[in-house]
Amino acid sequence: MASVTSKLYSDDVSLLVLLLDTNPFYWSTTSIKFSQFLSHVLAFLNAVLGLNQLNQVVVIATGYSSCDYIYDSSLTPNGHFESSGTGMPAIFSSLLKKLDEFSAKDEELCKEEDNEKRVASSLLSGSLSMALCYIQRVFRSGHLHPQPRILCLQGSPDGPEQYVAVMNSIFSAQRLMVPIDSCYIGTQNSAFLQQASYITGGVHHSPKQLDGLFQYLTTIFATDLYTRGFVQLPKPVGVDFRASCFCHKKTIDMGYICSVCLSIFCEHHKKCSTCGSVFGQSKLDEASSVANKKRKAPDS
Amino acid sequence: MSNRSKRLNEEAEEDEEEAEGIGDWERTYVDDRSWEALQEDESGLLRPIDNSAIYHAQYRRRLRMLSAAAAGTRIQKGLIRYLYIVIDFSRAAAEMDFRPSRLAIMAKHVEAFIREFFDQNPLSQIGLVSIKDGVAHTLTDLGGSPESHIQALMGKLEASGDSSLQNGLELVHEYLSQIPSYGHREVLILYSALSTCDPGNIMETIQRCKESKLRCSVIGLSAEMFICKYLCQETGGLYSVALDEVHLKDLLLEHAPPPPAIAEFAVANLIKMGFPQSAAENSRAICSCHNEAKIGGYTCPRCKARICDLPTECTICGLTLVSSPHLARSYHHLFPIAPFDEVPLSSLNNLMPKSCFGCQQSLRGAGNKGGSCVTCSKCKHYFCLDCDIYIHESLHNCPGCESIHRPKSVSMMEE
Ligand SMILES: [Zn+2]
Ligand SMILES: [Zn+2]
Ligand SMILES: [Zn+2]
Ligand SMILES: [Zn+2]
Ligand SMILES: [Zn+2]
Repeated sequence: MASVTSKLYSDDVSLLVLLLDTNPFYWSTTSIKFSQFLSHVLAFLNAVLGLNQLNQVVVIATGYSSCDYIYDSSLTPNGHFESSGTGMPAIFSSLLKKLDEFSAKDEELCKEEDNEKRVASSLLSGSLSMALCYIQRVFRSGHLHPQPRILCLQGSPDGPEQYVAVMNSIFSAQRLMVPIDSCYIGTQNSAFLQQASYITGGVHHSPKQLDGLFQYLTTIFATDLYTRGFVQLPKPVGVDFRASCFCHKKTIDMGYICSVCLSIFCEHHKKCSTCGSVFGQSKLDEASSVANKKRKAPDS
Repeated sequence: MSNRSKRLNEEAEEDEEEAEGIGDWERTYVDDRSWEALQEDESGLLRPIDNSAIYHAQYRRRLRMLSAAAAGTRIQKGLIRYLYIVIDFSRAAAEMDFRPSRLAIMAKHVEAFIREFFDQNPLSQIGLVSIKDGVAHTLTDLGGSPESHIQALMGKLEASGDSSLQNGLELVHEYLSQIPSYGHREVLILYSALSTCDPGNIMETIQRCKESKLRCSVIGLSAEMFICKYLCQETGGLYSVALDEVHLKDLLLEHAPPPPAIAEFAVANLIKMGFPQSAAENSRAICSCHNEAKIGGYTCPRCKARICDLPTECTICGLTLVSSPHLARSYHHLFPIAPFDEVPLSSLNNLMPKSCFGCQQSLRGAGNKGGSCVTCSKCKHYFCLDCDIYIHESLHNCPGCESIHRPKSVSMMEE
């Protein structure tokens, strides 16, 4: 990064951190092949690098049992348009090599595990955390740096066990003012990605036609943060912020919350199943409203 | 502490004497002491001092302290807090040992504190009280909206008269004794004066605060006072005296994360809450909070009133309304990540990865200023010192641990 003339950094220079879902369990179920998908993505990355000489792209693979960096354009600054003779820019041959190594390792790790009922979610919380660490490093590098954003290209369903970690990452991104864009190509809706984009001010979209993925990617997700002020991007659809209770995983709009650990329950319990606190007998609802009235009385 | 702050005061006085002979423009530099942040390098050039190693050491000490405090007891945090901030606006607050004045500095940092507080404790409430002319005044009632507190605080920035610790405590005690039993009652006092001018026996007031389980903390701006220290000791709070502006800011922000809960201080209970759905994009309704016609907003699930923002209390039926991300903001307090182990420079070997697992920065050579790195005891991945701080202070996830597949049965909530 130090080699480029820092004067040239302006509002529209981007750092795109792409989180690529490589979960083999997901890709074994889809109509579109992973290789087809990848060719759309590579063309998109090439387009992003071509949009501005100083644009930077980092790719992190989100696997089933691990996550890793597979590409960083700042490490191969001069390779942009050299062809390696295979019709593929040289930089992407290194990406493909890394990706192959990663997939092989990831699958090996899967086999080590017991073959019980599999949840086919990928490790979104891991790759999001890594992306934020990388972006934090770019912020540390000085006043002049490209505008970072994260793009999640996800197909696997959400892993409920990652909820706390994914939310932590979302809040940290919000504090750093890094938008998380998400392109969800799976069949169900991803509540994680919807919330991530909504809270951080990114764009969420789930394309209907995967053959035209490249077009979706370039028209929606290639726009830099500065340009976003002028173009019409997909508006957030109603994000569901209702909670689901810990006891039945049922979505509720009114419920009870343990005052010690904030666990959510749909009905009154005597004891918290999460933290073990025994609840007092007082009727809380009334207590709090009485206190309110008392408190507000001297004012009026 | 008291000696140190006294010495600082003396120094300040000396400075003032010296400073009399110089012009205003010079004086700003004298106060700033900007030369102290410079050092000479091998070639004789002036460079800013590299504080990162010192900064990291400080951060680790703080982290160790926190985890040691938590180790003994089962981690419980007072997540639902009712905090009164009592600010001393007596004559002493007009002093100018903090620039431009103690008053302005206090207001500035209390503002930042209020924002940080609500970021970390979305379900908690703050109230503001000022002490002036020997009397305590209510600036704002307990409430959950940062903007209204900040507005009220900035509107009343003048200092006069004596300070009265007892009057401040009495007023806050009266308010806090009415809050629901599951809430944690806290008082944070910013005290400028070196004396207190009280109408009665303050010891009795302190005992009453102790009985009502008010956790009182004091941040002094001048020097240590016995009565403040005693108050904090008795009620389980923290007492500290700010040495300079940066220190004051740190001391204030230490109160932003929820304090370790002492089980007997608040009764565990179930609180009824509503999770309103956002209203449809183009439905127009009159909101119950501002009485204005607005598009969007949320609808109270119990009485169907329209409200503008979350979290809040429904103005019609009094139900506490939150969204699930508000609750999620507090979960990291319950599942903190353990401090990473430090790896000394001498034990660096070839088996270790060359770069930080989080940010890919090289762990050897020029890029790594601190000279050492840290490792997570659970996932055994290595991290640079900058990531260490970022992970523990803001992210609250270990990227390494999150990159290992967990079988579904081991859910985080069951730990
Ligand atoms: Zn339930
Ligand atoms: Zn609980
Ligand atoms: Zn209502
Ligand atoms: Zn790092
Ligand atoms: Zn770890």
